Amino acid sequence: MSDVVGVLALQGAFEKHIEMLSALGVENQRVRYAHELDECSALIIPGGESTTMSLLIQKFELYKKLQEFAAEKPVMGVCAGAILMAETVDDARVIPLKIMPMTAARNNYGRQVCSFSTDLDLECDAEGLPYQAHFIRAPGLTPNSDKIEKLASYNGEPVMMRSGRHMALAFHPELTKDSRIHECWLKRFHPSFQ
Amino acid sequence: MSESKQASNHPQTEAGEENFTVKVGLAEMLKGGAIMDVTDAEQAKIAEDAGAIAVMALERIPSDIRKDGGVARMSDPDMIRKIQETVSIPVMAKCRIGHFAEAQILEALEVDFIDESEVLTPADEANHVAKHDFKVPFVCGSTCLGEALRRIGEGAAMMRTKGEAGSGNIVEAVRHMRTIQNEMKRLTIMSKEQLMSEAKNIGAPYDLVCYVAEHGKLPVPNFSAGGIATPADAALVRQLGAEAVFVGSGIFMSEDPAARAAAIVKATTYYDDPETLLEVSSGLKAGMKGILMQDLSPEERLASRGW
Repeated sequence: MSDVVGVLALQGAFEKHIEMLSALGVENQRVRYAHELDECSALIIPGGESTTMSLLIQKFELYKKLQEFAAEKPVMGVCAGAILMAETVDDARVIPLKIMPMTAARNNYGRQVCSFSTDLDLECDAEGLPYQAHFIRAPGLTPNSDKIEKLASYNGEPVMMRSGRHMALAFHPELTKDSRIHECWLKRFHPSFQ
Repeated sequence: MSESKQASNHPQTEAGEENFTVKVGLAEMLKGGAIMDVTDAEQAKIAEDAGAIAVMALERIPSDIRKDGGVARMSDPDMIRKIQETVSIPVMAKCRIGHFAEAQILEALEVDFIDESEVLTPADEANHVAKHDFKVPFVCGSTCLGEALRRIGEGAAMMRTKGEAGSGNIVEAVRHMRTIQNEMKRLTIMSKEQLMSEAKNIGAPYDLVCYVAEHGKLPVPNFSAGGIATPADAALVRQLGAEAVFVGSGIFMSEDPAARAAAIVKATTYYDDPETLLEVSSGLKAGMKGILMQDLSPEERLASRGW
């Protein structure tokens, strides 16, 4: 098994993740079909519109395949991707993949005029340098289990979480040139990041 | 707002920089999707259920604006509000070119994107809206690279081809997409010395010309609009380089809006897969009739509005 990181490319900010992975020297590929997951050792589900992505996941028979993938391999979900990874979502049109024990609320902060950038402290960064995070029509993520590790918080609410090999974020690590978050996730399983 | 720690991906600087990242960020989230024109809450629901990534709320679709004539203005805020209350995907709305007061109203209404659009009657023949002054991101149309870079210079966070709105004819969108792609490629092979003179020739800001010469693409996402009526049209402009599509009259002027909308959503994602395109193109009822370009007089062509 090669160490290819897949990026779900049904819709959304997949290109920015591909740019980030390529800049880190990590082999990567787009995933639009179920069989393409067989070639990947990890997966990023990017931001975008969770309703649209959920619909395409159902229509193109990716749902079960994604769940089977997550049962064995690491998944990182960003914004809409985090919504899809949740156990429950506050919108019946999104059929969550139940990859992480958490509840997601869509558009937790409001419409686009409420989108914002802010500095966060990352628990996974030993040096403790602040991280500039961009929240875009971001969801609210609530852990449903004590086993979830909170890696960053904003106003007391968790906005970055880890559960075993999986990670979920409410903000967008692909929209900056700061690659610490991708590195932090890759370090756990990717040979060149040990 | 905190101070920026990282170099921006975009050539804009100073005060609006973080805000600009958040604006362009929303455009990034819309990539690979279909944005649909809707005139009421019911159509908005159909679009959202079909998988639209956003809706454009407007009183009349472009083909009706054409037919009805008269001055076309920003839509009634009540109508936009009803659509905002109905769907949870982003809601966009149009203001007239240069009509910054309409834009202020749309911002107060908290629409997610403002389209400074040639489909409405221009309010200012010389100037476009100063878009960096707004918190809401703007999308603008262009027919060539110089026009695209002028709009980005003013603060547009997303570009789209103008195409010929309400025509159901893809030919102008193809012309605009090919023109912009060719002009961008041309910049990438120019020497440094040639870039200032090219900036002068195409009437574009020098820093943005340099950005395109270095990266071979616009500093903001570039979508296609104007004349997309079928899943094949969506696939065509995607293969030509459009990162997402706007579908206006094409859906609700057809005989089967829900099925056509769903088909266009799938065609936009699987734009380079003929088998999927065949599957989603099959069994649709008649599309909109469409207009030939030679049947439109120069005054009737919307793409010539703005500069």
